[in-house]
Amino acid sequence: MARLHIETTINGEPAEFLCDPHETLLSALRNGLGLTGTKEGCSTGDCGACSVIVDGRLVPACLVLAPEAQGRTITTIEGLSSGDALHPLQQKFLEHAALQCGVCTPGFIVAAAALLDAKPNPTEEETRFWLAGNLCRCTGYDKIIRAVLDTAAHIRESAV
Amino acid sequence: MLAIRYEAPRSVAEAVRLIAADPAARVLAGGTDLLVQFKAGARLPSAFVDVKRIPELIGVAIDAGGLHLGAATPAAVLTEHVELRRLWPGLAEAVHLIGSVQIQGRGSVGGNLCNASPAADTTCALIVNRAECVIAGPGGERTIAVERFCMAPGRTVLERGELLVAIRVPRPAPRTSDAYLRLIPRSEMDIAVAGAAVSVTVDADGVCTAARVAIGAVAPTALLVPEAAKALVGSRLDDAALKRAAEASSAAARPIDDKRGTTAYRRTIAGVLTRRAAAIAKQRVVS
Repeated sequence: MARLHIETTINGEPAEFLCDPHETLLSALRNGLGLTGTKEGCSTGDCGACSVIVDGRLVPACLVLAPEAQGRTITTIEGLSSGDALHPLQQKFLEHAALQCGVCTPGFIVAAAALLDAKPNPTEEETRFWLAGNLCRCTGYDKIIRAVLDTAAHIRESAV
Repeated sequence: MLAIRYEAPRSVAEAVRLIAADPAARVLAGGTDLLVQFKAGARLPSAFVDVKRIPELIGVAIDAGGLHLGAATPAAVLTEHVELRRLWPGLAEAVHLIGSVQIQGRGSVGGNLCNASPAADTTCALIVNRAECVIAGPGGERTIAVERFCMAPGRTVLERGELLVAIRVPRPAPRTSDAYLRLIPRSEMDIAVAGAAVSVTVDADGVCTAARVAIGAVAPTALLVPEAAKALVGSRLDDAALKRAAEASSAAARPIDDKRGTTAYRRTIAGVLTRRAAAIAKQRVVS
């Protein structure tokens, strides 16, 4: 079976790759394009480690077929920082020590970025519900929630 | 090496041709069931037919007639839709209960129906709102009431070459509202032990003039329970009427025993959820 040639936009740049018809977007990102920031956890849509944004929607890359990316616009964790300047979420995750082993962190940060795009001023409850699809076995979640809420406050203050 | 094709038809006719020509091809909407089943080895399709590039299958439109929902529209589009939430709060809350934000970015109501799980959260809410399924096939289009769409766990009325295109929900009558409740052992992201949806129409004197009740996860398919609706119609949706509706739902339930709940527990809970959902739907009409 011939591999498919897919043209897409990733982190604001045109990108192309070859994939098998049944390959996942997660596999194409990591193995085809070398974008290993997006992590593989459960591969069944339960853990959120592979969260990416496709055409403005937060989705699990493990449950998207790679050929579906044709013509779409994708944001991964690699697209959040500007050069060496960390995204405010990345900075606040460091300040709040909102990570330990780090495997879930890219997924949390991409999911949180989608939250702050949709709701710049989320409540703690909204934040906890929004991030309920991201699993972390290290932090106990609380520091992650603090980091996201602090980021939201920081972004709002910077915008004034 | 797996020889699986990926197809992305741009029209309903093209999709129907593809799935009619190849019975082992599978329709791919959000993939939150199909791709999980594929990875587990439970399904080995000859092709994934991605229907999300077909205009009729994507989008929400509400007009004087009601809701027209493209079958592959991601759940998140529905839960963000202010007018949909206002007209069908019970349907919106059923959709909102499906999985995480990530899953709702992919999973669709049409996919939820076609997967035909007895515990599917959207099915009961669609049933009480008199939803119809629009099905395209090699012989043309047909519509079927949503309560007749699922036949058994994992089995629907779709025949070879048929595609669920859209779901239509008529605009609710004045002074009508709905509610959906399910029981799970945790606060979210689990599969219903039992579920119940209720729609009621209440006149200006507080008398219920029409009702629909459906229960889920307590039979091989979601069940419309006319006896429970009958217990509500003509009443003021007082405690006695709600109790009779609950008893009717419990009596209609035919649950299995499994790790999620025993037969007796599910039967009881189907009644309790019916009673509570009816009270919420009534409150929504009044307020």
